[in-house]
Amino acid sequence: MHRSTAISLNVLAVAALGLFLWWAEGALDGYKIQILNLIAVNIILALSLNLIYGFTGLFSLGHAGFMAIGAYVCSILILSPAQKEMLFILGEALPLVQEAHAPFLVAVAAGGLAAALAGLLVGLPLLKLGDDYLGIATLGFAEIVRVIANNIPRVTNGALGFKGIPDYANLWWNYGWCVFTLFVVVRLLSSNTGNVFKAIRDDEIAAKAMGVNVFRHKLLSFTIGSFFAGVGGALLASLLTTIDPKMFLFTLTFNVLMIVVTGGLGSITGSVLAGVGITVLLEWLRFVENPVSLGGFELPGIPGMRMVIFSLALICIILFRREGLMGMREITWSGLGGLFARKGGR
Amino acid sequence: MTRDGIILEARGLTMRFGGLTAVKEFSAAFPRGSICGLIGPNGAGKTTCFNMITGFYRPTEGQVFLNGGPISGRPPYEVCRAGVARTFQNIRLFGNETVLQNVLIGGHLRQKTGWLAAVLCLPAHFREERAMRERAMELLDAVGLAHLAGEQASALPYGAQRRLEIARALATRPSFLLLDEPAAGMNPQETQELMQFIRNIREGFGLTVLLIEHDMKLVMNICEQIWVLDYGETIAQGEPAAIQSDPRVIEAYLGEECADA
Repeated sequence: MHRSTAISLNVLAVAALGLFLWWAEGALDGYKIQILNLIAVNIILALSLNLIYGFTGLFSLGHAGFMAIGAYVCSILILSPAQKEMLFILGEALPLVQEAHAPFLVAVAAGGLAAALAGLLVGLPLLKLGDDYLGIATLGFAEIVRVIANNIPRVTNGALGFKGIPDYANLWWNYGWCVFTLFVVVRLLSSNTGNVFKAIRDDEIAAKAMGVNVFRHKLLSFTIGSFFAGVGGALLASLLTTIDPKMFLFTLTFNVLMIVVTGGLGSITGSVLAGVGITVLLEWLRFVENPVSLGGFELPGIPGMRMVIFSLALICIILFRREGLMGMREITWSGLGGLFARKGGR
Repeated sequence: MTRDGIILEARGLTMRFGGLTAVKEFSAAFPRGSICGLIGPNGAGKTTCFNMITGFYRPTEGQVFLNGGPISGRPPYEVCRAGVARTFQNIRLFGNETVLQNVLIGGHLRQKTGWLAAVLCLPAHFREERAMRERAMELLDAVGLAHLAGEQASALPYGAQRRLEIARALATRPSFLLLDEPAAGMNPQETQELMQFIRNIREGFGLTVLLIEHDMKLVMNICEQIWVLDYGETIAQGEPAAIQSDPRVIEAYLGEECADA
């Protein structure tokens, strides 16, 4: 398909998304809008992890850590000084934390940049490690971030966390960042730099022999991925209006990992589809946690049941369809066009 | 021969793994524009020599010079940038990528516009990537794979994978090309074609070629200079005719009794 056709189709798709959001804002209730918001954030997080793990082959389990950094930096910047004075009851906030204030766009970007900086610093020593060791080390990193957040009350308000974070993250902000993430990731992966990332994933030794500075490219992918993880965390903080260190446990990384694996490691459209599907399913499955009556029997609701179901689903995916929904394939405009042309021809 | 005629020189390369000496004092000077061979029984240390020359191993002792400048001790990507490319004994393609993408990855180290230019959609980036794709297609044309450009690399037949690996190495614009058993698993007909192909790329790309090969017919036919390794030591060096009649080489390959007979 011609490039300009694809570009105009992309513009049309974004316009359609805009129209849908405009409609949704007026027509849907708050709960449904919240789900739409979560979808956007989850897509951002899934894309960032897919870039690191699915496309560059770096088994990273540190996503919750980067999200925490993004969330805290953004929250500190958008909470007003007056709010912060009320919040910090464990100890007065450091002057820098107390005074810092920025508009939402800057705050989210700062959250992303702080996470990217952390990714760069952590990546320097850790990315020399091979597959499983990298997973363990990044897992440790995320835990360290959480423990630090717990123990510097004058910056993070300790275990109490922040409440009443301004809820700036509406549909427009979330989907704006989501489209921006998608744009950057697609541009990156369709360029030759993306080819190099995939080369490192497929065969690191061959990549070295082809003149690829493997470490530098791993660091690049990891840092960009960390940036968007930070952005996702920042948006999540404003969306939920409350954060504390307990929120950034391994389960948060696991949720993102589940979306990426379900969608397909190495598929952008897979991550988007799974981001939508799993977010909706996670909400819909809430009914299993409520008491249900089955033919006269009253079954008590079990909290956490839907995570059990999802873990089982993930096991089934790994057993029976390891490549996920999409494998490494993508849905493209020309692919869709071909599909319709074939149907029309018959 | 004058020093100017030497493109790559190995001086006293020694590689020890713990107590084992895999290669001992390997010295060789490869004349510019020649096709040279490195032969020897299994485990003689041929691939270890390749790994030392291309920077995958840091030699325990000795140095490698490319055009008179030292390259040993530098990481593989810098050695490749300096103009030394290689293929692998067991083919190492980027299996999930297309044939064209494999060649593009080879061209990456000569690329000027980086990831930021790609994200910012700079015109210079699009121009350069288009030029790279054209050059990659030319390379694929030269190795006879242009019609398979869109195929997944792992789906290619064996012989085509070998040629693609060479095309990918050529995309890095090397002046010195190392081929590790290029004819492995090929039938006589394919080997014949490969011989012609190696001669063609030497002419077409102004290369010096060093190859490891077990197919003696190919080695004796195509190589101008041959080095013979056995248990890590260089036991002979010279032109094919001299190598063929060297008693030490015959001994290494066939055993002592045959050499006496």
